[in-house]
Amino acid sequence: MASYETFEHDVLVIGAGGAGLRAAVEASAAGTKVCVVSKSLLGKAHTVMAEGGMAAAMANVDDRDSWRVHFADTMRGGQYLNNPRMAEIHAKEAPDRVRELEAWGALFDRTKDGRILQRNFGGHRYPRLAHVGDRTGLEMIRTLQDHGVHQGIDFQMEITIVTLLKDGDRIAGAMGYDRERGRFKVYRAKAVVLATGGIGRAYQITSNSWEYTGDGQALAYHAGAKLLDMEFVQFHPTGMVWPPSVKGILVTEGVRGEGGVLRNNKGRRFMFDDIPENYRSSTADNEEEGWRYVTGDKSARRPPELLTRDHVARCIVREVREGRGSPHGGVFLDISWIKEKVQNAPEHIKKKLPSMYHQFKQLGDIDITKEPMEVGPTTHYVMGGVRVDADSQMSCVPGLFAAGECAAGLHGANRLGGNSLSDLLVFGKRAGEFAAKHAKSVSMPKLDSPQVEAAAKAAVAPFERQGGEGPYQIQQTLQDNMQQLAGIVRREDEMTRALELIASLKAKAANVSVYGNREYNAGWHTAMDLDSLLTVSEAVARAGLMRRESRGGHFRDDFPGKDNEWGQYNIEISKAADGSMRVERVPIVPMTGEHQKIVEENK
Amino acid sequence: MANATFRIWRGDKSGGGYKDYPIETSEGMVVLDAVHQIQASQANDLAVRWNCKAGKCGSCSAEVNGFPKLMCMTRLNTLDLTQPVTVQPMQTFPVIRDLVTDVSWNYEVKKTIQKMKTRKPDASDGTWRVNQRDVDRPQEFRKCIECFLCQNVCHVLREHQMFSEFVGPRFFVYAAALEMNPVDAADRVADLKDKHGIGLCNITKCCTHVCPEEIKITDNAIIPLKERVVDEFFDPVRKLFKMFKG
Amino acid sequence: MPSIDVPVRNGGFGQTSRRDNWWLAPLLTFIGLGAFVLYANVRVFQGDHYHFGPYLSPFYSPEIVGPSPHAWFQVAARPAWWPGFLPFSAALLVMWAPVGFRMTCYYYRGAYYKAFWADPPNCSVGEPRKSYWGERSWPLVIQNIHRYFLYFALIFIGILAHDAWKAYWFADGFHVNVGSLVMTLNPILLGGYTLGCHSFRHLIGGGMDEISKSPSRAAAYDCVTCLNKKHMVWAWCSLVWVAFSDVYLVLCSTGVWQDRRIF
Repeated sequence: MASYETFEHDVLVIGAGGAGLRAAVEASAAGTKVCVVSKSLLGKAHTVMAEGGMAAAMANVDDRDSWRVHFADTMRGGQYLNNPRMAEIHAKEAPDRVRELEAWGALFDRTKDGRILQRNFGGHRYPRLAHVGDRTGLEMIRTLQDHGVHQGIDFQMEITIVTLLKDGDRIAGAMGYDRERGRFKVYRAKAVVLATGGIGRAYQITSNSWEYTGDGQALAYHAGAKLLDMEFVQFHPTGMVWPPSVKGILVTEGVRGEGGVLRNNKGRRFMFDDIPENYRSSTADNEEEGWRYVTGDKSARRPPELLTRDHVARCIVREVREGRGSPHGGVFLDISWIKEKVQNAPEHIKKKLPSMYHQFKQLGDIDITKEPMEVGPTTHYVMGGVRVDADSQMSCVPGLFAAGECAAGLHGANRLGGNSLSDLLVFGKRAGEFAAKHAKSVSMPKLDSPQVEAAAKAAVAPFERQGGEGPYQIQQTLQDNMQQLAGIVRREDEMTRALELIASLKAKAANVSVYGNREYNAGWHTAMDLDSLLTVSEAVARAGLMRRESRGGHFRDDFPGKDNEWGQYNIEISKAADGSMRVERVPIVPMTGEHQKIVEENK
Repeated sequence: MANATFRIWRGDKSGGGYKDYPIETSEGMVVLDAVHQIQASQANDLAVRWNCKAGKCGSCSAEVNGFPKLMCMTRLNTLDLTQPVTVQPMQTFPVIRDLVTDVSWNYEVKKTIQKMKTRKPDASDGTWRVNQRDVDRPQEFRKCIECFLCQNVCHVLREHQMFSEFVGPRFFVYAAALEMNPVDAADRVADLKDKHGIGLCNITKCCTHVCPEEIKITDNAIIPLKERVVDEFFDPVRKLFKMFKG
Repeated sequence: MPSIDVPVRNGGFGQTSRRDNWWLAPLLTFIGLGAFVLYANVRVFQGDHYHFGPYLSPFYSPEIVGPSPHAWFQVAARPAWWPGFLPFSAALLVMWAPVGFRMTCYYYRGAYYKAFWADPPNCSVGEPRKSYWGERSWPLVIQNIHRYFLYFALIFIGILAHDAWKAYWFADGFHVNVGSLVMTLNPILLGGYTLGCHSFRHLIGGGMDEISKSPSRAAAYDCVTCLNKKHMVWAWCSLVWVAFSDVYLVLCSTGVWQDRRIF
């Protein structure tokens, strides 16, 4: 018999990033008893890394903006694979979600007349991102955290969930262990909200922290929920490439939004060389116009550096492959050149991009006000995740909700910068609201003790095995493998190889062994994350193999063009009865007539 | 680059000691990289708390050569590698294991600080009109990443363990952000004096020295709050004035 | 307020894992402040050699009652009401103001708590005592009257500026001597120190959350903030200069040094 502590709540939120906290705040405000568990300490979740801002059509800077334009931008960015209902809800509700943050203590940068300032960002037609310098994510998470602690939410920090518990078809809670002491915890709940974020740790070069192991996706998958769009992984075009220890750390798009330009080693602004057809009419064709755009000239079109992330990332890969890269295998991103245009440029840059200045100065010994940065693509975000109902965020498992990065639907094939933070708020709130509603309508599910026993036994098994593979080795092999074989540019044979490797790593993971005791044992924690990592990696590779076209975050070298037929389908993944992974093509959620009209009028 | 030795504190609340680990260093490496290298190759069970590895989450606080630092932002080329580099957990908080300490006290303290209470909106749509100049000041405090290095170094907590009377620099910064927020209408001054022990701070500025976000904790947060306390409690002329004004 | 139990591991006085010369800064403060206090005491109780020509020592300014021609109320040797056991010195009547200002100054407080009380000796270094009261209770709660000393200090800048002005008017009219410049630097440095005071910063505008609504105070606040950033430097420079100008006077007055005329 394993010993464990049991808790009972109405709503259990897994993950304490933006979505999880927003869900918890909402569920708690609705009068339910809420518990939030998180792998890290409260307020450390990866949301703090978000820099640019949150997209909301408040029209504070450009009054031509409206939810309709935001909707159209999001759909275009997602290459029309998005769930249009989600895109609509998101565009409509984001402004209110931003404003309420202000009432909870967030301090946004201001316009001249004292309203919330909004900045330009890739793929957004008008300046739309409410921001706080380049640390918007920190402001958001701190605001939600500070608001939440006064609401009587039960925050349990440094807890890893290993399995979801079920009572028949419906969700019954979750089981996990505390990282500090390694003791098992059982959380009984009427509703569970997954808000665990992404899968970046499946790759070698990533902007994501260790937490991003695809837990939510994997937990949901094993619990019988469906995953959607897993082939769409976003590689952010600008991550640090030097020094090696910081490879992958994000360089915010805000640098380009403030006038930063990309150049190859010939000094050429190569982004002008390849502007996709559907963006041609809205993109500047000369450097002067691009500069006018970033300085707020409403008649100017955006510079090509602010095209969608997938496109910019591929252009950088091309420059590097064709020998025009920077010394450490990236390209140059230069903001210091604006001294030709603005007085007191160094001060201006430090004011607008303080943490970027700080980051390069401290980690790379580079003064970005004086010299260019070296940047290259880094794994950043997964558009795919748990398939949920657009309005309620509930998966097909009754009582199981998902919000934020670990849910799918809003972003389609590619996410626009700034849509993530607003996604967390809008759908975090909805998940909390509907989870509370659901919890009020059902009784406490039964606890299935054998299920708990089995999970506990599996969790401690690595201590009892001798001579198995070490967890770090498996993790590193997987990361290399995914980076090489299922990364920015994909091919049929490579992804087939990736799947074979994943299968062999699964066998090794089943035999992994760790030593030491259960208190804060990093080796054990890594071993516990392997299952999630392998599950989501397999999902990415399988979905990527099936989609024989290039679209958004998914680029196939062997099928480089977009295929209209494929534009009608999402790829859905579920666990078959025999435990294998089932991959299916499912028709996309169609746009309504109104949606189509909006898209047309914003073409 | 030369090899280096890391002298890392291993143990738990029942005790422990330093253990030496030789490592291979490379360009641009930070202390956290070294700890990770040791963890992956020599001590799989070495406990260390970390997250973003870019100085933004404030998880990897420790003491490097006796000085409170974020391990992810301490480059090896700033240290003397001819001697072993000592890495120990924060001394002010109870150790859990190795480099990991129990910082939960900080989360409890935060609850004791009055939350944001908004003043009347300026516009009919329920929003406020705030000048950038006026948000500049509290925005400095909002940079805080809650690494708790200031709490760790403050001698009121570190040497005198006045955990039940003193909230520490982090929470003066937090209170300052709220107090100076142009949209906030709550008054925390009496709490600061009576409940939160701002009078225990003797402005030795150690918090400011260790702040990785370079927040001027003492000059911009604590002293201005002390002055607000003086306004309300220690300024007889002002008190008289108030009395006459009713 | 929540509490926790932490096994005290830091132990004794001076115990630390720091490898730098952490004792150096507090030692320098100790020597610097100690030397000043000693010198000032000697000079204040001496009651002599504090003026020379048009110059008046900053220790003795303003000379409210005293024998020199600078005195507001001139007396022969000592006023009748002066207590007999105390040697008379005009400085004693005024010294409390600048001393009080510096004693309660936010910079000096932090510095002398470290250097003289070792509370703490330096950051993350063990302390000699376990007990601690801070500035919450008597006697240190008195530090809160800093702003009242500030009001006097502001008046003193005016007085010392007047002294500086007088330092250009010699028996034979307007001239510039080396001593005139020494005396002029005094109110400038003291002004930099006093106007950068933390209390002043609060009173001039720091107490407001929406300072943008009063542009003149906003501008003043910016100036004070600018000085405040270097408050420590101003504090030391002004302190050293006060002592130096007094030394200069003594040297001139005792004839050791000849005050040079520039024009």
